[in-house]
Amino acid sequence: MNVQQPAGYPVGESIDDHQIPFWHNPARRALVYQLAALIITAAIGGYLFHNTVVNLKRQSIATGFGFLEREASFEIGESPIPFSASQSYARALLVGLLNTIKVAVTGVCLSLVLGLFVGICRLSGNWLVARLAALYIEVFQDIPVLLQLFFWYAVFYDSLPPPRLAITPLPGVFLCNRGLIFAVPQDHPAYRAMAAAFLAGCVIVFLLRRWARKRQERTGRIFPVVRTSFGMLLGLPFMVWAGAGFPVAIRVPQLSGFNFSGGMAISPEFTALLLGLVLYTAAFVAEIVRAGIQAVSKGQSEAAMAIGLKPWQIMNLVILPQALRIIIPPLTSQMMNLTKNSSLAVAIGYPDFVSVASTTINQTGQAIEGVAMIMVIYLIMSLITSAFMNWYNRKKAIIER
Amino acid sequence: MKTFGRWGWSVVLAVLVFSPAVFGGTLDDVKAKGYVQVGVNGQLFGFGMPDEKGEWKGLDVDTGRAIAAAIFGNVTKIKFVPLTAVQRFTALQSGEVDVLCRNATWTLSRDTQLGLNFVQVNYYDGQGFMVPKKMNIKSAKQLDGATVCVLPGTTTEQNLADYFRTNNMKMKPVVIDSNTELNKAFFAGRCDSLTSDVSQLAGARSVAPNPADYVILPEVISKEPLAPAVRHGDDQWKDIVNYSVLALIAAEEMGITSKNVDEMLKSTNPEVQRFLGVVPGNGKALGLDEKWAYNIIKLVGNYGEVFERNVGAKTPLALERGLNALWTKGGLMYSPPFK
Repeated sequence: MNVQQPAGYPVGESIDDHQIPFWHNPARRALVYQLAALIITAAIGGYLFHNTVVNLKRQSIATGFGFLEREASFEIGESPIPFSASQSYARALLVGLLNTIKVAVTGVCLSLVLGLFVGICRLSGNWLVARLAALYIEVFQDIPVLLQLFFWYAVFYDSLPPPRLAITPLPGVFLCNRGLIFAVPQDHPAYRAMAAAFLAGCVIVFLLRRWARKRQERTGRIFPVVRTSFGMLLGLPFMVWAGAGFPVAIRVPQLSGFNFSGGMAISPEFTALLLGLVLYTAAFVAEIVRAGIQAVSKGQSEAAMAIGLKPWQIMNLVILPQALRIIIPPLTSQMMNLTKNSSLAVAIGYPDFVSVASTTINQTGQAIEGVAMIMVIYLIMSLITSAFMNWYNRKKAIIER
Repeated sequence: MKTFGRWGWSVVLAVLVFSPAVFGGTLDDVKAKGYVQVGVNGQLFGFGMPDEKGEWKGLDVDTGRAIAAAIFGNVTKIKFVPLTAVQRFTALQSGEVDVLCRNATWTLSRDTQLGLNFVQVNYYDGQGFMVPKKMNIKSAKQLDGATVCVLPGTTTEQNLADYFRTNNMKMKPVVIDSNTELNKAFFAGRCDSLTSDVSQLAGARSVAPNPADYVILPEVISKEPLAPAVRHGDDQWKDIVNYSVLALIAAEEMGITSKNVDEMLKSTNPEVQRFLGVVPGNGKALGLDEKWAYNIIKLVGNYGEVFERNVGAKTPLALERGLNALWTKGGLMYSPPFK
């Protein structure tokens, strides 16, 4: 049956353009709502800003970022860059930021490795291995991370001896309640050459892998990539070292006064924070990995078995590439969680960004500026993580033809 | 129009939450609430910490109680808010507490830039160092290269850096946010020394696993006048807090204690009569009941009583009166006349 065009409407124009009032048009209604939301948000934001400024003025609290230039006049326990109390707040905050990045990057890498391992163990056919993995996940997921940090920190300072009675598991390595202190080789030009050789090794390995994959696609012959890669990465620097005549001068830490001097030290604060964050986050990563692997249809591994792949090949070549697509998005948020949880550092004395920023806030009274900086820094770190993971996710996504 | 309804509520809520606080004066706010909110330490034995029965004890706590007594004639109309060193000033600025009685050092920058006003000092302190006895250290000058445990965001942290810089010594700070955790780390040997105000060191030592194993070094490296603080811009409230503290001192000067305060009401001394409100005037001037000072002394005691009860010789802290004795006895405690 034909629909009659109502009188008065020119033929060719659609009905809903004219007959239906705009508030019944979902698209336009949405636009109006969004506009309204924007105006209200802007109004509230503007009002809050105005209110804050007025209140600060009334209480005569100083504002602005000028304080960043002033002398910090406090020391920071550990720092990747030289820092002393006579330097500026800006430099102190940079030290805090670097400390945060240090613990976050190390933590993310370690928790991915551990999480992947535990997640795979959780699915192992071996009853004991699977149970142990399950037990690990339950224990570490269920205890608040702050408690875990307190626990690990207490383990370090309570169970380890003072510097004078330090444990020496290996010559030149000392373990005491001031941390793990170990000997480092004395500076020698050969070490820089070795680093260069290592980098060259990385490039060669990268090219070799591409060549090997192409050759395998063409001829079906498998090249032992893993073994040769290890050989390259270790062998090249070793050859350089041998060529330079094996320089072995080492700076052994000496007990002088209260503590060891010379060598490198890893503080108990850093170790406790890293350990706590990694063990906690890895439990979540393991569950994500397990879920991802279980989501890959059983037929895939059966098919892989049928063509005679070994178990590690099934995992590496068939299961993980497919599971990764499911794993990556939730993994991103775990990585961000770890970064954000690192701000609990102040509880156990690791000078991270939040810790240094709170000290700054307290000494200068610039709470709003300080908190704004904390928010911006964590926002930027989250955005970078998320951008990187999205890129990786696109790379790993199924390329549909 | 479910969506509109939700929006409407959001707007109403936003307006309610963010409407400018009507600035009526802290005294009116406190009276309307029915209690005064006092920011205290919460972890500092002798100054502000709940005892095993959950009852708040300490010199700063009693200072807070004196303020409640002055306003309400009742020391239970008070709410203690434990604050960390980092939280304390923000809590006061944002109105979370009405007054801060939390061993805060009165400094120029805090007085000027933080929007705060400090009142009469309720404890004259100075920063010192505590070390384990078995280290055999006699002076802070021997601490070159030491690892030092310190609270974050305190004047202590700066004094520490200053002291080592001036004496050309090196040190490594371990900075932990919580008093309890910091002390635990020190007593477990994570640091060679713990630095803080001497009163705090005594407090920490008194709750140490074995107090006799620790000594406080003789050097006092800074002046730490600890005083309650109020928000900038409310002079009446500042006066009330200030004179509540001064009343404790004045009572000790006049020999009025919680035990003899009722007898002293009959005193013929005009100063005592004015102080206790027998002759009216002082209360009205402050906007309080004429009995305000009487209530403080009756319910809390005078400064000497407060000192002895919380940190004095018979307490585990065993602090000397020292600078905190009355001016007539060689100390710095001095009250302007209550006229």
